[in-house]
Amino acid sequence: MPGIQRTGPVKNKRGSNTQSQPAKVAATKLAKASTKKKDEDDGTEMGDGTDEWMQRKTLIKPPDQLDLTEAELKEEFTRILTANNPHAPENIVRYSFKELLYQRTGSIDQLATHFMLEGNLLHQDSDEARRQKARQGYPEGMVPIATEAKEEKPDTLQAEVEEVMEEGGSEDRSDSVQHKGGKPEQKQTNQFNFIERGSKTLNNPLRQMGCQTEPPPRANFSATANQWVIYDAYVEELQKQENNKEKQRASMKKEEGKSKKKTMLVETQSDDITKFRKVTKIVERMVIQNTFDDIAQDFKYFEDASDEFRQQEGTLLPLWKFQYDKVKGLAVTSLCWNQRYKDLFGVGLGSYDFTKQGHGMLLFYSLKNSTFPEYFYTTSSGIMCLDIHPNLSHLVAVGFYNGCVAVYNLKEKSIQPLYTSTAMSGMLTQPVWQVKWQKDDMDNNHNFFSVSSDGRVVSWTLVKNEMVFTDIVKLAVGDSVTGGLEGLQLPNPACGTSFDFHKEVDYLFLVGTEEGKIYKCSKAYSSQFLDTYDGHHMAVDAVRWNHFHPKVFISCSADWTIKIWDHTVRTPMFTFDLNSAVGDVAWSPYSSTVFAAVTTDGKVHVFDLNINKYEAICHQPVVAKKTKLTHIEFHPVYPIIIVGDDRGCVTSLKLSPNLRKKPKEKKRQELPEGPEVEIAKMEKLLNLLQDPDNSSLG
Amino acid sequence: MAETAETKKEEADYKRVHNFPLIRNTDMPDEMRVETMELCVTACEKFATNNESAAKMIKESMDKKFGSSWHVVIGESFGFEITHEVKNLLYMFFGGSLAVCVWKCS
Repeated sequence: MPGIQRTGPVKNKRGSNTQSQPAKVAATKLAKASTKKKDEDDGTEMGDGTDEWMQRKTLIKPPDQLDLTEAELKEEFTRILTANNPHAPENIVRYSFKELLYQRTGSIDQLATHFMLEGNLLHQDSDEARRQKARQGYPEGMVPIATEAKEEKPDTLQAEVEEVMEEGGSEDRSDSVQHKGGKPEQKQTNQFNFIERGSKTLNNPLRQMGCQTEPPPRANFSATANQWVIYDAYVEELQKQENNKEKQRASMKKEEGKSKKKTMLVETQSDDITKFRKVTKIVERMVIQNTFDDIAQDFKYFEDASDEFRQQEGTLLPLWKFQYDKVKGLAVTSLCWNQRYKDLFGVGLGSYDFTKQGHGMLLFYSLKNSTFPEYFYTTSSGIMCLDIHPNLSHLVAVGFYNGCVAVYNLKEKSIQPLYTSTAMSGMLTQPVWQVKWQKDDMDNNHNFFSVSSDGRVVSWTLVKNEMVFTDIVKLAVGDSVTGGLEGLQLPNPACGTSFDFHKEVDYLFLVGTEEGKIYKCSKAYSSQFLDTYDGHHMAVDAVRWNHFHPKVFISCSADWTIKIWDHTVRTPMFTFDLNSAVGDVAWSPYSSTVFAAVTTDGKVHVFDLNINKYEAICHQPVVAKKTKLTHIEFHPVYPIIIVGDDRGCVTSLKLSPNLRKKPKEKKRQELPEGPEVEIAKMEKLLNLLQDPDNSSLG
Repeated sequence: MAETAETKKEEADYKRVHNFPLIRNTDMPDEMRVETMELCVTACEKFATNNESAAKMIKESMDKKFGSSWHVVIGESFGFEITHEVKNLLYMFFGGSLAVCVWKCS
């Protein structure tokens, strides 16, 4: 009723704001035609809301509502609802391959699908259901009714359920149903998609790969838990704790941050720098090897190829240079290679200048580290000579400028020598120019000899904690050789400047003096010389026996000459003039005819009597000008030499192949024989030149 | 190698000294490790006689705290080989004779 009333006023008042209600209008009029007024106002409510609104007298007009005249308001609009899909396109054009042109599709599908659900129900009277039933062997029309006691639902419902199940159209392929035979219960199961629930296995739910994360990483672990394993672990832990406590109790030394330790777990001793000593040493060596890599390569492998073209000459290739800051101002006074460790050599530093006497230093360098000495000792007085024990390479004998001698033990960490001679124990009053180790004496004590400017050749024996000295020879001026006059007169002591022991004949040794004479002495005779050689006009700086030939020795002196002697002959066999004071001369260990000398003009001269009897086959300035070379030593094994200069610097040089020619090889015992033969040849030559004074050797 | 006197002394110490929890192997983060270790110690002390209950307690607490599927083995003598999720393993000794292995693997 109220609806009808409403429609009346709606019609009359077209300007009203009520929304026409097509449903109610349709109810009153024909379904196909209805009046519908489209209002522009959507604000009003339908239904009950309009009742209230109607009671108000005043009309509220929306501001944008059309203003229509009465006549226009009375106009009726007719709308027609059709079954056409308003959204379907009206002008679909398709290409027709038959006529090869675009053609308009005649009929356009007006079907609009709002919702689709694939069902699995078959109507029981449809064809398919009938076919299914026929397959299962049931006559048409028969509707199996289930009256199973299993079903707990009431019958009416059951019947419905059964009908639904039947209409479900699922087919159970199991034979059990058919075996039931006359049993009315029959499920019509879907032929395509039915599985008995009881026969289902559990399928894992399917997961999408795209949205899955990676599983957390896994690792394996295995161990054994036993009583002893547990016990051991505890014991270890306790020990660690104790050690930690000790560490804390000990002084808190801070380590340098550069800990190169790999296994921190094994660390049980206290941390201090000494632990890193070995490690840092190795690292230092590596760094130095890398820095001086080319020198190391040269040392090992470089052979001067140009020697092939220069038959008569050789060269010296400079290798490492050993310098140490603290030795500035000191001259190298002695060099000695270590017999056992082929890369170690000792340098004694002091001063030759009488007026400038200060401290001295004893350094040991390794070829592997040319930047810093391995060992160094500072001494109060300048060192004049040193010798490393041939067997016990940690014992070093040193002679000082103040006449003391000392023995250092390289193995000990202290900087004090093992033994020192004091004023009581026979200190010499003059500088000690040379020391040499001897074989152990009868009591297996080490002993060495020393020669000094006060004319004494002293033997020092290391007996337990002290050194005992024994004078061996007192040198005297004068030609007193054969007569025993020395015992009567007060001999003026000659100043011995160098000596050398024979390689094979133990008691035989040579002493060179400041006057230029060379004495051949024996350990057995303390006052007599076996022989004297008028060698030089000035002090003899070095005498050396030849390594191979038992009779040949060489001497050099400040009178610019080098002389080679046969100790049975009073006159020298060869003389070389070098134009400059000769500081030192040394035989080469590999050939009996090769020797090298250094002069104060900074040159090294290398001679090979085999090749050239009159001249050096190599003379080469090695150091800067105004630097005097003081000493030279051949390496026992490698083809290098070291030369020391008066600036405290030691240079190592490699000998080119020409300088190291060995005599032609014979089968056995070639070296001792070869040079002997050579020298014999040379002697013959000399004999031809000089007076037939010299006895010819066979 | 150890003298008898020392071994005797150590045996005496053993009981009182080896009791602390000693972590043998772990890859847990620090906080987790500390918490788990304390939990294990508590459980072992509480169920000193019954390893199974101790293990049960540990496992359930770990499941609650850190996620599902923890496994716990407590014993005095066993060998094992396990797969565990990385950063979720604790293997420790306790009480001088107990070994506890806790790991997660789902």
